[in-house]
Amino acid sequence: MAKYNLKINGKTQQVEVDPSTPVLWVLRDHLNLVGTKFGCGMAQCGACTIHLDGNAVRSCVLPVSAIGKQEVTTIEGLSANGEHPVQKAWLEHDVAQCGYCQTGQIMSATALLKNNPKPTDADIDTAMSGNICRCGTYLRIKEAIKTAAKAK
Amino acid sequence: MENIKSQSRRDFLRSSALAGGGLMLSFNLFAEGRRSAAKAAEKVASLNLAEIGSELAAYIKITPDNIVKILCPNPEFGQNVMTSLPMIIAEELDCNWKDVVVEMSTHDNVKYGSQFTGGSNSVRMYWRPLRQAGAAARQMLIEAAAQTWGVPASEITTKSGVLTHPNGKSAKYGEMASKAATLPVPKELKLKAPKDFSIVSHSKKNTEGVKVVTGKPLFGMDYRVEGMLIAMIQHPPAFGMKLKSFDATVAKKMPGIKDIFSFKLYDDGFEQAGFDTRAFNEVIAIVGNSTWEVMNARKKLSVQWESAGDVKETLMGRGGKREVTVPGRLETTSSQMEMMADYAKKPAQQLRKDGDPETAFKNAATIIERTYNAPFLAHNTMEPMNFFAHVQEDKALVAGPLQAPGWMEPTLMKLLNLPADKIEIQMTRMGGGFGRRAYGSYAYEAARISQKMKAPIKLIYTREDDMTYGIYRPMYTATYRAALDVNKNLIGFHVIGGGIPENPVHANRFPAGAVDNYLAEGWEIPSNITIGAFRAPRSNFNAAAEQSFLDEVAEAMGKDPIQFRLDLLKRAKENPVGKNNDYDASRYMGVLELLKEKSGWGKPENAGKKRGVAAYFCHASYAGHVVDMVMKDGQPYVEQVTSAVDCGVVVNPDAARNMVQGAVVDGIGQSFYGALTHKNGAAEQTNFHNYRMIRHNEAPQKIDVHFVQNEIDPTGLGEPPFPPVFGAVANALFKTTGKRYYNQPFMGESQKM
Repeated sequence: MAKYNLKINGKTQQVEVDPSTPVLWVLRDHLNLVGTKFGCGMAQCGACTIHLDGNAVRSCVLPVSAIGKQEVTTIEGLSANGEHPVQKAWLEHDVAQCGYCQTGQIMSATALLKNNPKPTDADIDTAMSGNICRCGTYLRIKEAIKTAAKAK
Repeated sequence: MENIKSQSRRDFLRSSALAGGGLMLSFNLFAEGRRSAAKAAEKVASLNLAEIGSELAAYIKITPDNIVKILCPNPEFGQNVMTSLPMIIAEELDCNWKDVVVEMSTHDNVKYGSQFTGGSNSVRMYWRPLRQAGAAARQMLIEAAAQTWGVPASEITTKSGVLTHPNGKSAKYGEMASKAATLPVPKELKLKAPKDFSIVSHSKKNTEGVKVVTGKPLFGMDYRVEGMLIAMIQHPPAFGMKLKSFDATVAKKMPGIKDIFSFKLYDDGFEQAGFDTRAFNEVIAIVGNSTWEVMNARKKLSVQWESAGDVKETLMGRGGKREVTVPGRLETTSSQMEMMADYAKKPAQQLRKDGDPETAFKNAATIIERTYNAPFLAHNTMEPMNFFAHVQEDKALVAGPLQAPGWMEPTLMKLLNLPADKIEIQMTRMGGGFGRRAYGSYAYEAARISQKMKAPIKLIYTREDDMTYGIYRPMYTATYRAALDVNKNLIGFHVIGGGIPENPVHANRFPAGAVDNYLAEGWEIPSNITIGAFRAPRSNFNAAAEQSFLDEVAEAMGKDPIQFRLDLLKRAKENPVGKNNDYDASRYMGVLELLKEKSGWGKPENAGKKRGVAAYFCHASYAGHVVDMVMKDGQPYVEQVTSAVDCGVVVNPDAARNMVQGAVVDGIGQSFYGALTHKNGAAEQTNFHNYRMIRHNEAPQKIDVHFVQNEIDPTGLGEPPFPPVFGAVANALFKTTGKRYYNQPFMGESQKM
């Protein structure tokens, strides 16, 4: 067990956990931030995507001990009521079916647009192919990303 | 406008005053559709269907501040019922959609029936009762206004939640709600004509959309209560294996671990209902404070497994109680294939026979015979199985993702020895279902673990636990034969299909009814690999095989594949063979014609395209696709799809398009990559690194969805667009590669066999 002061969504939070604990479970079990989802536990599906200093990472394989001073942003940190341009675009295109993967999709998309504000279709393909959507909403995800890119 | 008189209107509706003012209109979801609903559900279920409810439990509430609360009876798993069902009420109520608040009901077998989500049933089952309830509330509000204003009710009109009289008086619904609550429910209901709809058939956004995109705790995985423990199970590594012994000494000493124990899910002699399927009866539970601690302790378990041998089980099916022997053999995919090929040669059960197929084939100038194979598929819902349970001595609360709460309740009652009114079942939003969550064994496991721990627990499956547990789409094979005469007319048709452990053949579907001499046969191989419903069960295989075969027959006959189907359907419509044909040939033709038009089939501008077509009927609806394929980076790629669907009135068009687009992507993915294979009983795929799922870059660039415009009461939508994707993809592969694809997955190893 070790104590960690984590900067999450702009707030410093202390947790006492085993150093090997993936950030996913720190968020979900210890901080009650459940918008970050468990899908595979091996960085294959992207449901657990968060930002570490603005870059998309898979929190299910990221030990809490590896974070250091880097800032964590989760879906809860994007906006409280869905006002982030990417969330708004998701609502405009009514992307979600079951919705389970969508927070991870949104986090991947947001990181993409931060680094590449006008992505091409190929850029979107590359950035988003790590996030599985079992309901098959990929076309709407792509449209939503394009809408969000225009809104910025 | 449609007037409905019910012989028992008062059995259907009841009004009452809300505390604090306002109207509550309670109604029975099944007064009208009771029998058809039961029948429809039975079709998917094949089991002990719980008694459909008769209480006036569904409701509309209208408060003085003009909020309209509508209850959604069925669990949500992405089919968007929390939007579409309330839309139906709001339409007839004629309220402002912006004033509507949707509430998810808890489970109550008596009040709401089984609340089954599946079989593409929700909208078609509730369409009539929800419309009637909305209309009743509207008429009561009109009557309240008429009495208040002293004018005839017939002179009052409604629009967007406002009552208006030509003399200039107007009031919001909320203002008349308390008065309406004192009035009798109407004897005669006036339903709108579909042409007057302003909410139904007009796209509305997902009522849960904001919660989804902001990551609110909607799912079972997110469920928590104070003091809740986390539990996992360790199940045997292979079908046909069972627990021999285990040593948890080290694991129990790991940090945060509360207990580790094995338990039996069902007692010996337990009578299993159809949705009680479970792969392994005895598993080890690991219970602790947090997920990661439980995962780590689990790795320290030392477990010995042994062969389970043949197991006798008691099943309670639709046909009553029967004893079955589940074979103990440890299955391997190559031997499964051999076993199926072997069975396919044996005499099978005749499912339907028209005319004289033997003579037709004997006299045929040409016989086309092809065999199609498809593997087991894992549902792989993005949210792995999980369930919360807090079992106490005299009551239990369980909560989580469930498609069929009503079918679980009787089993929970038996396992916990509690009456129904002491078991509260809460339904969380499901992170996908596809049939998987109609089987509640994970919920029963959670209940057993909570019972032992005397504490609230949440059971979580890892992806590996989930993928290797079974409840798979069965493994199937089918051989199709067509007999052509010297003039290349189709004179005979024969299908013989089977699977592990289920026969897929729908004997009374197209092309039955369109061919004079027709024979359908089926066989089954019992297995210990558990199976379950998977988005359009059986249809998802049949459409692949039959629609590929018809493509090849059309080619042999020198006919255009769409025209060939239309010709057969014309025959089925005008002069059907046999009486028991499941499908409506006119609607089937309508979908093909719309597809032909919208895809520009046969048009010169599309001459260079590599296109495949298929259409299929299931869940009372008709769907077809034209798939445009190209080679991309040396691999076949579906670039564009045109879809046509006849599902009657489309309640929420944009959401319906989303559903069809999703079905297309799902179908491409499953047909290209989906496979769950076995080695010595063990699933060879355990997570997404070796179970390939379709990804963003593999989805088509465009999927155009078109609905046949008609006023038929809604039929299914969640499933029907899925099966024909397989056939259209197979047919496009032929055009693209010059090779026919008979074995799924089309991009898999089995192609080499």
